[in-house]
Amino acid sequence: MTEASTVSQGGIPVLDAATRARIQRSKELYPSARSAVLPALWAVQDQLGFLVPEGLAEVAVELGLEPSEVEAVSTFYSMYFQHQPGRHLIQVCRNVSCGLRGSDDLLRHLETSLGVEDGETTEDGVFTLEGTVECLGGCGGAPMMQVDRYSYENLDAEKADQILADVRARPAPSSGAATDA
Amino acid sequence: MPEVKVLTRHLGAEGLTTLAGYERVGGYQALKKALTMGPEAIFAEVKASGLRGRGGAGFPTATKWSFLPQGVFPRYLCVNADESEPGCFKDRYLLEEFPHQLLEGVMICAYALQVSHAFIYIRGEYRAQRELLDKAVAEAYQAGFAGQGILGQDWNCELIVHGGAGAYICGEETAMLDSLEGLRGQPRLKPPFPAIKGLYGQPTVVNNVETLSNLPYIISEGGAKYAAMGTESSPGSRLFCVSGHVERPGNYEIAMGRTTFRELLEMAGGVWRGRGIKAMQPGGGSMQILGPQHLDLAIDFKAVADAGSALGAGALVIMDETTCLVNVSMRLVDFYEHESCGKCVPCREGTYFESELMHRLEAGLASTAELATLADICANMDGRCFCLLGDTATWFVMSAYKMFPEEFQRHCGAGHCPVRAELERVA
Repeated sequence: MTEASTVSQGGIPVLDAATRARIQRSKELYPSARSAVLPALWAVQDQLGFLVPEGLAEVAVELGLEPSEVEAVSTFYSMYFQHQPGRHLIQVCRNVSCGLRGSDDLLRHLETSLGVEDGETTEDGVFTLEGTVECLGGCGGAPMMQVDRYSYENLDAEKADQILADVRARPAPSSGAATDA
Repeated sequence: MPEVKVLTRHLGAEGLTTLAGYERVGGYQALKKALTMGPEAIFAEVKASGLRGRGGAGFPTATKWSFLPQGVFPRYLCVNADESEPGCFKDRYLLEEFPHQLLEGVMICAYALQVSHAFIYIRGEYRAQRELLDKAVAEAYQAGFAGQGILGQDWNCELIVHGGAGAYICGEETAMLDSLEGLRGQPRLKPPFPAIKGLYGQPTVVNNVETLSNLPYIISEGGAKYAAMGTESSPGSRLFCVSGHVERPGNYEIAMGRTTFRELLEMAGGVWRGRGIKAMQPGGGSMQILGPQHLDLAIDFKAVADAGSALGAGALVIMDETTCLVNVSMRLVDFYEHESCGKCVPCREGTYFESELMHRLEAGLASTAELATLADICANMDGRCFCLLGDTATWFVMSAYKMFPEEFQRHCGAGHCPVRAELERVA
């Protein structure tokens, strides 16, 4: 992940060659270049951790759009970050099926053990905890959470702690997104 | 047993997520057969199968296809893998276990409709499933099942996986089209329907993952055989997601119309902890509540509609006798409030006030008079929103209020949730 401090100002590109190549591939894939906006935003986020305005402007140039058009799309979808999140994203599903099987307790436990509330990032910047999310499609393994968009199911406090201890030891996932998500 | 095997018939075969593994169980033979049959014969088989869409509305698939105007090209196919209905995890299962079965179904449909591009719109949260799907698509291209000159014939169709980024509304077919076009995913005014003017303004069919995953079976075994598994009003088989207070939550494939909710509940091991059942939701978060008195209903489009609910996306959520229905309603209302796209006022404002009121009601802080306000808010939403999201944001809460009025009334002015307080007293 590129640190925010290295994100350049004043016309110097912030997107690296690999990200630009990803955007170019997406652009060629669709009958209309504009369809590549979502994949391009994923590519920017994978490189920089969140959607910096300079990155959005470069996407607009690549796809022949106005920066405002790209920005309007970026703010609609909840999985695009407007600010730097923690290195790892924890999402606790609290919809009906998870709620029936103890997801509120799970979230409370994680809030206590991580020392943050729903929506906050730990002081060391390792975890962002989200407890207000869409149904994550893990109702068969409720209660469940996703960490960096991978599902962990049939959780209790102990299991969740163990998973987060393992994740903590891993490097940031952003550059690992080999797929054009 | 009411369990049947169409979608899950190859479950357990080795390496099924790979092309080689899928071909070992006869994979892609149906696509080859379809190419010899031609589009009209494929359409006839799908019509004979009686297949109805598995995404929620239950619209007959062949009829949907038939709306495409003759001779207008290019046409597009969008595969709805944006599964995010609360209680629903069947498309995810089909993607995880049988990705090539889906792709074979997609290409059969693509050929039948003569589309130039098939897009699979998969929700951003399904990262592991996306990785499997990407691999399967690459294998399908390599084997000549997609791309240029498919299976040596004069037929080209690109297969593109498109990732969403967190928006329940993109499961609504016209919102999905806007999202695919690189816009905010908000629903479009209908008509024109996508079949006439869809993606990039061209004729487009949007079909669900499960719907298309049935096609390899229908083509290889015949539509009549598929239909006969179910009943006249509910032909074929269906994958049902069972979750909530059951012993063995999971996906179960059942014969449509011939299986009761009680039988499905038994397949899932019954209500957990030896408890009784208080209520159930038969079709995912959007659908109206049913009670224990409905357990012997057949899982049939018409029977469930007559009982005042719908099969929706095929998700049965069981709530045991300790459940607080105000709490469950609040959760669902919160979900819709979070997912309202903001395009129309009744939904955007309605879900906000609904959620605010439900939170105070669950905390025991609302007055009895506010129950009338809740009903009023919902009445001003249901049937008045731009798309179904806003309408369905009222269905569960209003049906729960109707079935358990005293539970809602007991919350008023109680200062706490009386259901939870009782449980804590017993425990």
